Amino acid sequence: MTPHFGLPEFGFLLRGLQWTVLLTLVAFAGGCTAGLAIALLRTCGHKGVEWITRIYIGVFQGTPLLLQLFVVYYGLALTGLKLDAFVAVAIGFTVNASAFLGEIWRGAIQAVPRGQTEAAMALGLHYSSRMRDIVLPQAIRISLPATIGYLVQLIKGTSLAAIVGFIELARAGQIVSNQTFQPLLVFGVVGAMYFILCWPLSWWGSRMEARLALASQR
Amino acid sequence: MQDQILIEMKGVQKWYGGYQALRNVDLTVRKGEKIVVCGPSGSGKSTLIRCINRLEAIQQGSIVVNGHRLDDSIKAIDVVRQDVGMVFQSFNLFPHMTVLQNCTLAPIRARRVSKTEAEAIARKYLERVRIGDQAEKYPAQLSGGQQQRVAIARALCMQPKVMLFDEPTSALDPEMVKEVLDTMIGLANDGMTMICVTHEMGFARQVADRVIFMAEGQIIEEGAPDAFFRNPKHARTRQFLGEILAHH
Ligand SMILES: Nc1ncnc2c1ncn2[C@@H]1O[C@H](COP(=O)(O)OP(=O)(O)O)[C@@H](O)[C@H]1O
Ligand SMILES: [Mg+2]
Repeated sequence: MTPHFGLPEFGFLLRGLQWTVLLTLVAFAGGCTAGLAIALLRTCGHKGVEWITRIYIGVFQGTPLLLQLFVVYYGLALTGLKLDAFVAVAIGFTVNASAFLGEIWRGAIQAVPRGQTEAAMALGLHYSSRMRDIVLPQAIRISLPATIGYLVQLIKGTSLAAIVGFIELARAGQIVSNQTFQPLLVFGVVGAMYFILCWPLSWWGSRMEARLALASQR
Repeated sequence: MQDQILIEMKGVQKWYGGYQALRNVDLTVRKGEKIVVCGPSGSGKSTLIRCINRLEAIQQGSIVVNGHRLDDSIKAIDVVRQDVGMVFQSFNLFPHMTVLQNCTLAPIRARRVSKTEAEAIARKYLERVRIGDQAEKYPAQLSGGQQQRVAIARALCMQPKVMLFDEPTSALDPEMVKEVLDTMIGLANDGMTMICVTHEMGFARQVADRVIFMAEGQIIEEGAPDAFFRNPKHARTRQFLGEILAHH
């Protein structure tokens, strides 16, 4: 007997949603931390360091995320390190996010007018204060629309985690759909869940963008 | 002491890649002296003063500020920047901070002054540039002239021994030039040592002890303002002064 789409099935989707949110949060938090380091190294003024971070960014932006997940999940298993599916995809997404966020913030750091850094140097402020007090607060503001845009991509992109057997929202939908033979209904619900996660963020992002455009006109 | 040397540049040569921006520049500035630097666009005026606080590195020659020789060490650069304040053509106020925060940041971070003390100092200098009532505003809420006066106060809060001005009135609407020049004249009358890159010849006549004329990275001529304006020695200077006066 085929089960109908009822409360238990909805509950299963909700658990998938939880995993999607959790994976997104972990990858975003990790990606922000590592991405900030990447962005700072990428703009540090030391040619060698800048090249290494450039290659790092190039590799992770220039190869499919799917491949990166495979490498973490299966590749590390070959070295004897058997990772839990969640840990594996969390590492994969974090590293990937660090490259993308690093590149977004590199651009934002460089978009802060040179005169800001010069004024700070003339006042005798050191690198750490120049970054923390002057450049980063402005860079973060500049990068906010792109960062939010990336976060939305990340939420949707976590569905790739299903490929190594991790059951997040999209994979949960597929399972329920296969059990109930009600794909339209199930994927409709799944789609609505993604939408509820992503749309407010997108809206916030475009509002930020409009505000920034207005501010730069003044 | 009137004759204590604050800045001494000797044989300074500066290249941007293959382009030589300063050619064998010698300059001595004594305590309390007011120096106006003028010259055509691209002659190296900005480069000259930006070398003094090491916003630009030099390739040859030496710069000594208040007895400290500038080299590539962070320590030397630090010490010199503590003594040298700078005001830019484009103000370069920190847009995400209030006027007061603009003025207190460096004393708190670089001089390790307490917040209370830094704010007291900041309010004192903001009063002095007659902008004390705007302390809680953001730079974008102020006029250009007000912003430039905040920039002057911000530099003064570090209690520098020398102030460098790089065309501080060039980006201003004409009606705001006077308020900034008046502030600078006040500073000069208080005895501040100043190097001002400016084409405001009225200001030069009023406060300068010496006027320096630069062209193609060299100091071509220098002298007391009276002699400099009335009787320039070099043809290049005469031509430049003719152009400037024709524009004003
Ligand atoms: N960062 C730089 N890189 C390359 N060339 C520069 C740089 N800054 C200035 N220059 C060049 O050096 C010369 C002197 O510049 P500058 O000192 O700004 O002149 P001024 O302030 O008298 O107009 C100009 O020819 C300018 O193009
Ligand atoms: Mg200039």
